[in-house]
Amino acid sequence: MDFRLNEEQQMLQDTVARLVRGEYSFEKRLEYSESELGFSESFWKQLGELGLMAVPFPEELGGFGGTGVEVQSVMTELGRGLCIEPYLQSVVLGGGLISQAGNEQQKEQWLAGIATGETQVAVALQEPQSFYNTNDVETTAEKAGSDYVLNGRKAVVIGGHSADLLVVSARTAGNSRDAAGISLFVIDANAEGLERRSYPTIDGAKGCDLFLNNVKVGADALLGNEGEAADVIEYQVGRAISALCGEAVGVMEVACDLTLDYLKQRKQFGVPIGKFQVLQHRMADMMSELEQARSMAILAASVADEPQSDERRRVIAAAKNVISRSAQFISEKGVQSHGGIGMTWEYNFAHYAKRLVMINHQLGDDDFHLERYAALLEAN
Amino acid sequence: MNMNYTAEELAFRDEVRAFLDAKLPEDIAAKVKGFRKLSKEDHQRWQKILSEQGWYATHWPEQYGGVSWTPVQKHIWDEESCRYGVPRSIPFGVNMVAPVIIKFGSEEQKQQYLPRILSGEDWWCQGYSEPGAGSDLASLKTRAVREGDHYIVNGQKTWTTLGQHANMIFCLVRTNTEVKAQEGISFLLIDMNTPGITVRPIITLDGEHEVNEVFFEDVKVPVENLVGEEDKGWTYAKYLLTYERTGLAGIGLSKAALTHLKQLASRRVKNGNPLIQDPTFSQRIAQVEIDLMAAAISNLRIVASVEGGGVPGAESSMLKVRGTEIRQAINDLARRAIGPYAIPFAEEEMDQAYDGEFLSDPDAAPLAAHYFNNRKLSIFGGSNEIQKNIVSKMILGL
Ligand SMILES: Cc1cc2nc3c(=O)[nH]c(=O)nc-3n(C[C@H](O)[C@H](O)[C@H](O)COP(=O)(O)OP(=O)(O)OC[C@H]3O[C@@H](n4cnc5c(N)ncnc54)[C@H](O)[C@@H]3O)c2cc1C
Ligand SMILES: Cc1cc2nc3c(=O)[nH]c(=O)nc-3n(C[C@H](O)[C@H](O)[C@H](O)COP(=O)(O)OP(=O)(O)OC[C@H]3O[C@@H](n4cnc5c(N)ncnc54)[C@H](O)[C@@H]3O)c2cc1C
Repeated sequence: MDFRLNEEQQMLQDTVARLVRGEYSFEKRLEYSESELGFSESFWKQLGELGLMAVPFPEELGGFGGTGVEVQSVMTELGRGLCIEPYLQSVVLGGGLISQAGNEQQKEQWLAGIATGETQVAVALQEPQSFYNTNDVETTAEKAGSDYVLNGRKAVVIGGHSADLLVVSARTAGNSRDAAGISLFVIDANAEGLERRSYPTIDGAKGCDLFLNNVKVGADALLGNEGEAADVIEYQVGRAISALCGEAVGVMEVACDLTLDYLKQRKQFGVPIGKFQVLQHRMADMMSELEQARSMAILAASVADEPQSDERRRVIAAAKNVISRSAQFISEKGVQSHGGIGMTWEYNFAHYAKRLVMINHQLGDDDFHLERYAALLEAN
Repeated sequence: MNMNYTAEELAFRDEVRAFLDAKLPEDIAAKVKGFRKLSKEDHQRWQKILSEQGWYATHWPEQYGGVSWTPVQKHIWDEESCRYGVPRSIPFGVNMVAPVIIKFGSEEQKQQYLPRILSGEDWWCQGYSEPGAGSDLASLKTRAVREGDHYIVNGQKTWTTLGQHANMIFCLVRTNTEVKAQEGISFLLIDMNTPGITVRPIITLDGEHEVNEVFFEDVKVPVENLVGEEDKGWTYAKYLLTYERTGLAGIGLSKAALTHLKQLASRRVKNGNPLIQDPTFSQRIAQVEIDLMAAAISNLRIVASVEGGGVPGAESSMLKVRGTEIRQAINDLARRAIGPYAIPFAEEEMDQAYDGEFLSDPDAAPLAAHYFNNRKLSIFGGSNEIQKNIVSKMILGL
């Protein structure tokens, strides 16, 4: 047994780390965040040029068929830099859905662009009423000849504001919350009838809600078999959760480092506040949470690209549950240990703290995954 | 044992309710209940209404224009006003510096400042904390040196809440460096328009401008602005802190926030049903409601003991810790209740005047920001760690 990265994986992670160090000072991040695009165009390009967006794709697309571990290596460094590029949405989730469900022609059409970063994809699975349940789909896609006409609304599409392509779930049959009858469509962002309401997110990125009013797409926009997307979505969300766990670990590492540094530097009552046992123990708790999170991230990575099974489902749910709780713990306790300074915009820690809490609101919160896990609980 | 209000107390509660029904502006109450930002004008408009009613200065003796409510009456006022969505009075003038001036100030200071606080002419802020003096307040370094009939003040204060609106600041300054830290501190009243004062905003993680840094460079302060005696400021500061700490537990505010949460959870859906009926979420709400129930009774026990002439001790520190934890837990649930919609930062929707389409629930926009902002509850007013140190010292003998 060996939990270390192999040489190739380590090189990959080092490459991302170097790139992030070069491009992502705290000040630059704020600039990217406030720009119209909402992230760094040049950083995005470089991720593509260095082959980092191709990581999970096969060799013919310039990738090396990386699986959970490689994707996490990238995501952890993006997390450490608090990067706001929609890598998770475009490469992992968008690319993953198309890879799994798309036919040869569709893969040829879209994957190369995703793997270089030329095409940015956003994925719209949630709806205003869906509360993390991706089967709770009310957006409809009705057949009109060989076309489909989509109507409805998709919620909180991170990266959707700037995406070229949107992967949208819609119901072609069945009732809301039925697993059967959900289909996936790839829609051009400029399609007629598609409106986006864009907004910044509280953790510095950007996203949008999508309004679909009689959006007409051809049969070639349908990904996979009509009405059979629920399993694909569940599987790819599992991969995305593993990737998100990787990011979360990176964010937590830096949040812990910054807090520990501060405990050593900040003096009150004539001593560094790290001399107070209550703060030492809290720091020890934060580090323990980080280790719990790291373990679950590793476990999630190990199943991310394995065939679907209840065991995989359990691991993914467990990982997101642990990660969400660790992230909130480290955020809140980190702010508290800093005192007032931990709450200020000018100090990077506060931005890590915000990202950590928002990770809980992506791809299902700790309660959602606890319920999923409980439903799959084995009696013995 | 008797946990009921007397007939007089009930009559007082009716009077409070009738007043709030008649006089509390709806737009202001809506902002307060929805955790939306109040403008300076909102505060001033409400203060004027309160002053006309004679209910603004609840901690002052009647001779200075205060109301002589009993602790139970103050409690009733607090409960009802939180329930109705009354804006919290900005405490620095009316509840902080005024009690100090009344107890330790000169006759001239009383005449000069108290009426202006009542009328709202002066807006005060609190200049205690410094970059190097947070929990260890006594280590403050802002220096005041006497020259003739002035003090020359140099140094820096920080975290000055709403200092951008203030025209007056009360400061702890060091007047003697030869003695023990606590013994060389004085309490000065300073006009913010004096040359040499610079106010710089500090933006908090939720993007708000609520706190400031205040810099003093050779600021001339007339000696008559010294409160009480030179080098005795620490005593006055501690007296003031007892006023600050009461109410920091925010029980009434937690009750209002819980009501808001339950209404929100009744409107949100999960799996096709109201979120408040969801087994997981309803248990989370139930747990915090139960904890709040206990804290509310603890609060009443403190009120009753003060009514009987007692001085609250370690119990207030315990209640500050529990009360702030409960409020933060309610804020946490409100953020959870809107699911993915905690992520968008829909700033325009935080404005009460917003009349466009809401992204999700009309109350959703401020919730995540409010959750982050209220991390402050366990930091200021004596951090929760410091409160536990107080408990350890006061009653544990450790
Ligand atoms: C069921 C059981 C089986 C055991 N079996 C064995 C055995 O087989 N062989 C053997 O040699 N011993 C054994 N022990 C003893 C065990 O190792 C001691 O109980 C342990 O070392 C704690 O010592 P103590 O009980 O004297 O508590 P104390 O050391 O007196 O501690 C009391 C409390 O103070 C806390 N505390 C102490 N110092 C600090 C500090 N510096 N900072 C913060 N908190 C502190 C402790 O965490 C604890 O909460 C056993 C104990 C139990 C309960
Ligand atoms: C939003 C906000 C508004 C504020 N408004 C005002 C204002 O209007 N006027 C004003 O004067 N001040 C104000 N303050 C300042 C507030 O009083 C201080 O933040 C508070 O005293 C803590 O100081 P600090 O932030 O320097 O943290 P520090 O004192 O540096 O504390 C950092 C951490 O160390 C812990 N710690 C420190 N000492 C000990 C100890 N002995 N034992 C165990 N743990 C310890 C603390 O609990 C905290 O977790 C405000 C603060 C905030 C956040």
